[in-house]
Amino acid sequence: MLDRPTSASPILQVERLSMRFGGLRAIDDLSFEARRGEITALIGPNGAGKTTVFNCITGFYKPTEGMITMTRRGGERYLLERMPDFHITRDAKVARTFQNIRLFAGMTVLENLLVAQHNKLMRASGFTILGLFGFSGYKKASAESIEVAKFWLDKADLIDRADDPAGDLPYGAQRRLEIARAMCTEPELLCLDEPAAGLNPHESAALNMLLNEVREASGTSILLIEHDMSVVMEISDHIVVLEYGQKISDGDPASVKSDPKVIAAYLGVDDEEIEDLLTEVGEESVVEGLDAEPDASHNVEPSASFFAGPIADTIAHSDEEEHIAVSPGASRARIVEAREKAQAAAARKRTKPEARDKKGTTAAAAGAAAKARSSGKIAAPEKPAQAERAASLSGALVKPRGGKADDLTRIKGIGAANEKKLHAHGIFHFDQIAAWKAADVKAAEAYLAFDGRIKREEWVKQARLLARSKETEPSPRADAGKAAASRAASAKGRRK
Amino acid sequence: MAEAVSAPRMEARSSNITGAFREAVYTGLVALGMFVLLVGLKTDQNIRNELILVQRWGLLAVFVGVAMVGRFVFAAFVRPALAKRRAARAAAAVPEIVQESFLKKNFNLLAIIFLFIFPPLVVTTLGLQGSLKWVDNFGIQILIYVMLGWGLNIVVGLAGLLDLGYVAFYAVGAYSYSLLAIHFGWSFWILLPVAGLLAACWGVILGFPVLRLRGDYLAIVTLAFGEIIRLVLINWTAVTKGTFGISGIPKVTFFGLISFDVSDPNYIAKVFDLPMSGVYYKIFLYYLILCMALVTAFVSIRLRRMPVGRAWEALREDEIACRSLGINTTNTKLTAFATGAMFAGFAGSFFAARQGFVSPESFVFLESAVVLAIVVLGGMGSLTGIAVAAVVMIGGTEILRELSFLKVIFGPDFTPELYRMLLFGLAMVIVMVWKPRGFVGSREPTAFLKEKKAVSASFTKEGHG
Repeated sequence: MLDRPTSASPILQVERLSMRFGGLRAIDDLSFEARRGEITALIGPNGAGKTTVFNCITGFYKPTEGMITMTRRGGERYLLERMPDFHITRDAKVARTFQNIRLFAGMTVLENLLVAQHNKLMRASGFTILGLFGFSGYKKASAESIEVAKFWLDKADLIDRADDPAGDLPYGAQRRLEIARAMCTEPELLCLDEPAAGLNPHESAALNMLLNEVREASGTSILLIEHDMSVVMEISDHIVVLEYGQKISDGDPASVKSDPKVIAAYLGVDDEEIEDLLTEVGEESVVEGLDAEPDASHNVEPSASFFAGPIADTIAHSDEEEHIAVSPGASRARIVEAREKAQAAAARKRTKPEARDKKGTTAAAAGAAAKARSSGKIAAPEKPAQAERAASLSGALVKPRGGKADDLTRIKGIGAANEKKLHAHGIFHFDQIAAWKAADVKAAEAYLAFDGRIKREEWVKQARLLARSKETEPSPRADAGKAAASRAASAKGRRK
Repeated sequence: MAEAVSAPRMEARSSNITGAFREAVYTGLVALGMFVLLVGLKTDQNIRNELILVQRWGLLAVFVGVAMVGRFVFAAFVRPALAKRRAARAAAAVPEIVQESFLKKNFNLLAIIFLFIFPPLVVTTLGLQGSLKWVDNFGIQILIYVMLGWGLNIVVGLAGLLDLGYVAFYAVGAYSYSLLAIHFGWSFWILLPVAGLLAACWGVILGFPVLRLRGDYLAIVTLAFGEIIRLVLINWTAVTKGTFGISGIPKVTFFGLISFDVSDPNYIAKVFDLPMSGVYYKIFLYYLILCMALVTAFVSIRLRRMPVGRAWEALREDEIACRSLGINTTNTKLTAFATGAMFAGFAGSFFAARQGFVSPESFVFLESAVVLAIVVLGGMGSLTGIAVAAVVMIGGTEILRELSFLKVIFGPDFTPELYRMLLFGLAMVIVMVWKPRGFVGSREPTAFLKEKKAVSASFTKEGHG
């Protein structure tokens, strides 16, 4: 229909993004990507962390972990999580709008659009000095900027109100003006936070038209958060569904619409059905305990925490195997997903405890199916990701020697989550870490999103010690409380 | 029919009068209660140093009488007239296009022309010596505050950063000129930009630590900065001579060509063969500060149409939106502080040259407050409004010295200057009730496509720090 590159070259890649506010995990290990020239929608129930993702992308929050890569047309790559917010708009060309409209209400519509062209005009005016003395360069640039503003005013159907104060416009026009203003920064990626919120159907249709025009006129890719499904399904090429900070589905509108996890997340599942599901998944103990008070303090099973309520959900449980990200147990999608997984497990003739164990550890990631899909997609432009990454760390193994891995969590600074990541890289034994060279440390840090932490905590040295004296003395890590404390401390250090 | 209409009207009128009378009585009672102790009784000392009570019933009666008459006139005549006018305006549903009067349209131009012909006008009417007071106390004094107001307007009015320590930069400019002129003998024309630059530097130095602060917190820190500068001036006696101040600051010359020092061979009276008088120097200073103020206005108007000026206003409206548009808010705030401080530095060096003497006494917090009050009263962001506010505030307090005829009414020991601050506060309250966003509340857009429409004050924000 449209002549645009759908060659799946990603413009924005979000990898393993996590954002924690104290104990609350607003985003938990989220990975997705937006492709150039497409409209990618980010949907999910209230409180799913959509706006937090936006704030991380546009630099208003610094993510706790993870990597956000913006690739510009020329091929330059920008790591957005490391840039101050105004650099992201200026250099990486990512513009955004806000959920609660933020216009310059006391300035006219035209002035709003001129402010958006600040950096261009600043250069043209010789950083004010040349312009102050009336050099012609600024006059020309100023006339051009008014032309650009006119172009977007025309697109947004606001040309008649150009000289009115922005605060005087009706709500729908303010939304359109905010988009036009963002477009005046000449972005390559436009992030729209609920552009259709509070619009009537007529205004909503006008918005759809504007978004399509934006894409056609400038080739700008769009990432949008939206609750209005009519908008989402009509204009987006690709939809990512979030629930409780985790991705539960990712694909084109048709496939997302029919995804049972998405339906569960939006419409919910009946209580009886939940019971059935839990039984199916093999959580009889939980079902039995339904009448009793839920044990919120310890080792809450991911699905069980649905009954434990949101506060217990955010507690980081520190038992021997996991700092369980039980995040939002209320995840109805998880229940559906668990059923699928249990069925798969049954098919593979796995024993029940193992299946449960696996579920516990993967709780940090989103649904297994979705994850597989997404990781496959991320890897698409490169080689098979796992293999290449494994190759990048020296001495990586395909599987642990003798089938049993060392307990890497005995190294101070490695938690269960990191152990899992390291396993994915083919690191199973202390001696492997002990043999790391500087380049390996750097590669590992890049992947784990730990700037300098490996060096600071002397993982290699610890690993050497542990490799030499395997099993001689019980590591202090065995003390769960302390481990949690050290982890919390290091997390705090990093956040700072 | 006509009678039927007029009868109720008559009735309404008489009820108006009786109502007004009742109100006047109540007002009189309230006034009596308020003033009986404050005005009616006065403690004093007699010759033997004893405390005695002086009774001033006559004065009290005057106060109460004025309050009652005022209330009666307001309730009986002014209020109905206002209501009638409002009703008439509402009745004329179609808003008639009000043809702006010639005076209103060309107010700025006329005002500037008046300012340029003001000294010759005064000299011709009052003679050389008689004009001294008007040119110096009114002309120069007001124009200094106009310039300070326009400088502070960049920080407070445009960028929305509440600065309560503005006088610090004024002091930096004044001391820069005095010290450098005395120790190195440099001329005013070299030191004027130097003082501006030094003040701008201090603006940046103040700006850095307060970048993260907003609103009340910003105001407190800037206030503290102003006090720090003053305390340094008092205590660093080796350089500033402390509270003694610095005297003998050289006068400004007309680019070294014409001097205003009687002993110099190129003294103006000798050059042009005029009678000796100190007023020439004052007139010269008047034109100097007028030009400096106009340059300030010109630069402010120019800056507003530049990207940096728009960024200042955008910052006042919404800082987060600014950052989302790729504007470096740090630099934007710093340039606002530096530019505002620079103009204060210019004004400061002029002040030092005019007085010939500076001491920390001239740079107290009250000065900052007065300048800020001028900016707020004038309407933040409006140059005309600020100039009018400066005339009202500074000219008003100066004119109180001239009101000696009030002694005829209030007795020979009445000194109007003593009521300066009282009237000052009263005037501010009245203006803020009558025009909450200052004399000129609307905002001129910096660019337009078809027609320039003023932006009503209800849309603009005051800034949040």
